[in-house]
Amino acid sequence: MNISFLIKTALLDARTQWGKLVLFIASIILGISALVAINSFNDNIVADIDNQSASLLGADLVVTGNKAIPVDLATMLDSLPGERATEHELLSMAYIPKNDGSQFVRLKAIEGAFPFYGEFLTTPASANETFRKTNGLLVDDGFLKQFKLTAGDSIKLGTQILPIAGSLDNNPGGAGIGSGFAPTIYLSLETLKSTDLMQAGSMIDYAYFHQVNEALDVDEWKSQRRRTFSNESMRIRTINDQRENLEEAFNALNTFLNLVALVSLLLGCIGVASSVFIYIKNKVNSIAVYRCLGMKANQAFFIYFLQIMIIGMLGSMVGAALGSFIQVVLPKVFSDLLPFAIETTIAWPSIFQGLTLGFVITSLFAMIPLLGIRKISPLRTIRSNVEEGAPTRDPLIYMVYGLIVISLFLYLFSITGSLLDSAIFIIGLLVAFFVLYLFSKLLIWAIRKYFPRNWSFVFRQGLSNLYRPNNQTQILLVTLGLGTAILSTLFIVQGLILENVASFDEGEQPNTILFGIETNQIEDLKQKTREFDMPVVEEVPIVTMRIAGWQGRTKSEWLADTTRTARRWAINREIRVTYRDTIDDSEKLIAGNFVGSVNPGDSIFISLDEGYAENLDVEIGDEIEFNVQGMLVKTYVSSLREIDFTSMRTRFFIVFPLGVLEQAPQFQVLVTKSPSEDVLNAYRSDVVKTFPNVSVVDLSSILKTLNDILSKISYAVQFMAGFSILTGIIVLLSSLLLSKFQRVKESVLLRTLGASRAQILKIYATEYAIIGILSAATGIILSLVASWLLVTFQLDLEFRIQYLPLILVFFFIVSLTVLTGLWMTKDVVQKSPLETLRKDV
Amino acid sequence: MDEPVDVVKVDQLSKVYSGHGKELTVLKEINFSVKAGESVSIIGPSGSGKTTLLGLCAGLDAPSSGSVSLFNQDISKLNEDQRAVLRNDKVGFIFQNFQLIPTLTAIENISIPMELKGLKNIKSTAMSLLDRVGLSDRAKHYPNQLSGGEQQRISLARAFSNNPKLLFADEPTGNLDGDTGAKVEDLLFDLNRENGTTLIIVTHDLELATKTQRRIRLKNGEIVEDSRV
Repeated sequence: MNISFLIKTALLDARTQWGKLVLFIASIILGISALVAINSFNDNIVADIDNQSASLLGADLVVTGNKAIPVDLATMLDSLPGERATEHELLSMAYIPKNDGSQFVRLKAIEGAFPFYGEFLTTPASANETFRKTNGLLVDDGFLKQFKLTAGDSIKLGTQILPIAGSLDNNPGGAGIGSGFAPTIYLSLETLKSTDLMQAGSMIDYAYFHQVNEALDVDEWKSQRRRTFSNESMRIRTINDQRENLEEAFNALNTFLNLVALVSLLLGCIGVASSVFIYIKNKVNSIAVYRCLGMKANQAFFIYFLQIMIIGMLGSMVGAALGSFIQVVLPKVFSDLLPFAIETTIAWPSIFQGLTLGFVITSLFAMIPLLGIRKISPLRTIRSNVEEGAPTRDPLIYMVYGLIVISLFLYLFSITGSLLDSAIFIIGLLVAFFVLYLFSKLLIWAIRKYFPRNWSFVFRQGLSNLYRPNNQTQILLVTLGLGTAILSTLFIVQGLILENVASFDEGEQPNTILFGIETNQIEDLKQKTREFDMPVVEEVPIVTMRIAGWQGRTKSEWLADTTRTARRWAINREIRVTYRDTIDDSEKLIAGNFVGSVNPGDSIFISLDEGYAENLDVEIGDEIEFNVQGMLVKTYVSSLREIDFTSMRTRFFIVFPLGVLEQAPQFQVLVTKSPSEDVLNAYRSDVVKTFPNVSVVDLSSILKTLNDILSKISYAVQFMAGFSILTGIIVLLSSLLLSKFQRVKESVLLRTLGASRAQILKIYATEYAIIGILSAATGIILSLVASWLLVTFQLDLEFRIQYLPLILVFFFIVSLTVLTGLWMTKDVVQKSPLETLRKDV
Repeated sequence: MDEPVDVVKVDQLSKVYSGHGKELTVLKEINFSVKAGESVSIIGPSGSGKTTLLGLCAGLDAPSSGSVSLFNQDISKLNEDQRAVLRNDKVGFIFQNFQLIPTLTAIENISIPMELKGLKNIKSTAMSLLDRVGLSDRAKHYPNQLSGGEQQRISLARAFSNNPKLLFADEPTGNLDGDTGAKVEDLLFDLNRENGTTLIIVTHDLELATKTQRRIRLKNGEIVEDSRV
């Protein structure tokens, strides 16, 4: 028998059947499109990271620090050939005279032709030049829109009222989120100096940009001098560093998206297996006839294998095309989370990878029902009730299961890079499968054993459908249960992540912080605060200092010591210290004695944050010497505190006792609570007018920004989960279609014997409600276990059961099962029994 | 003249179905043989084992004990694929419910056995068979566009398309009305004569049975009558 005959038969046999494979095609399309969309999106991100790292950094090399660069390092930098520029960045208040408004802003004073790569997009275009040469400001366009300002209007910064040169329409070097909290204003260094905002104690971040000629290897230059710079708390970054940082940042997003794609693909595969199963069930008689007419088992298998492969390939290609289209939409969904606009191009490697993986996995899943063809007996032509062997005992089936597990494992390993994680995921899936299978067995056994014989006929009939020969209870419970488990795990984990982050709740906590207050301004400011009927919750003095040495050795000696355990950041940072005589509400003393005050000349006992002490590797009783703006102060660690970082309070790694720092140069922070946004706006404007150097930070706006970010993340997560939900519904439909074939014959008979439409509907409603309830419940229990494991061991978050999403998932699955089940039987109840019987069902 | 050879030889054939701890004997130690060119009807009441016997003779099912030889080959020693080749080569079938492939047209249905055999010029043979059963104008119709009688005639054409030496018919007129059934019967016997095929018919219809040369009557799984006209 020639192969062309088999191919021809495959095509002829399928030509009027394409419609019956809609669910199969839909499952493949959804699974593969999710995979291709996500892979392409990731590919484009990686490609764009390469393309955009230069413009995100703006230079070949950047040196940053929170102090001006020391002379010796500046000399080193000056020796670099090429162009240079500097940036001074500080947070401040801006007052808007036009509408008496005020806003907390990020000022960036530029000197030189920064950025060397990429450009500022400004309106008007000339503003890019104007702000560098005049005292004009280049202002974030969102800020201008919020306060209805245009070029030519003015903003008061510090002591100066300055004109707006234009708006900045792109945001080089930063993600879109967060700019609502402190929008950026670019200005020239001269202009910044004129505002008097740069004073001793001002928190200024310095950046020195260099564009060097291509002959110089900046990474090499950096690696030779990195230590020297970091000893002075200066950090060097190159374009390669930028690229690595971005890639690392996207890795988590990448893995998450890949897992979502895998879940969609898996659900799609369940859809594939059950829809092919339905198709083959439809074909059993034809296959028996072919066999009777002399076709070999393997030839019959080949005919349907070929059909499924051809359609699978076509579906995969449509899926790949759809996926490539969706990845054009993805950057819009994630736009606020990305630091740059993603350029979407067709990512051929991803399409190829998605097609290959999708095709292999879906083919393997399709093989499970297809292999059963080989066991279809020709005897069916004269005996319709012949059982087709037991396909599960077929060694080839076990081989296919094995191949599925291996290919899933390999794919998981390729995306997570961890053998353990991949194994856990696969084992989890197998356990879920086994539990559902066992549960369905138990259910069938229990119904038979405790069958309620005196219940109404309709209910008994519905119940007995669950265990009759050829029942679909097992396959429905497993597919529906697995689908429910995957979906609700996604919901639970997503909900917990959002809830854990959002636990920075406003509540009764203070909502306004004023900082940059000079000591001589504090009393007037407290007076003004009370005038607005606002409490002074905290009044905190801050003194900046650095560590000079500890345990009898100087900082330089420590830094040179390669055996030290203390962390560099802990040694080098500029420390903002307060002094007080009590422990704060948000702190807990965990070791030693807290010393509230000391007399002049006595030993000075300080209190350290537990984590900071660990990073500096000091213990109670150790000596630490500080450089307080030129003056050396020797202290001893007397206590360790644990700080609650989620409270909206000021918090300090180091607390000095009273009696030491009162006369040191310092500034003050004042914490208060405004009763409403109106009061806060009036208070803020008043403070900015009277004390231009004081910044008023509205914490509720930070919370609002945080919520905003979270809802954007949640939207992106939900968009991706949408793929899984859609595939889940397809699986549900195909699972229920499976049972339709079993039910139609009996319904027709019942109808012939005089059962009413309502009775038939009630029988099905009973059957599907039980299946829906049990599979949803089992799926949810499984998802609780899975998400507890995930949340506790993988994400390190606190696990809490969220009832609402679970209840919603439960009712969604049950109603979907019952409604789809009833919809499936509409043919039976609407048409006359004769019509259906004539079709030789 | 040579003695005709045995086309079918059934020896001590039994079929027992077991399930739920019980055994049901459907056929008990059946013995008979059918010579080439003979026409035989297997008759008997419902449940007497007629269809089971047909299935076993045609190699569609495996016996519990005993053997069936077709063309001097013990089919219980053949595997399913070898039996398939034998069926394709020498056996034709007609079913009570026609068993046409619903997705193939009339002519395509007729062609399957020839296609399976790898024959050439299939279309003209199929068309002439179609013509022979009087349905040449229905070549491109699908089974569901044909009446029961027409479907059974297509089924007849298909059964003869591979020039079978042996034809099994399972209640060939069972689903047809009297007139249509009679026409199909005539056609069946005409084709049988023209092709010199050995014919084994399972039927309830005693009138149909009288048209065969030999009748085997079954009761409770045993042969109670084996008579020649």
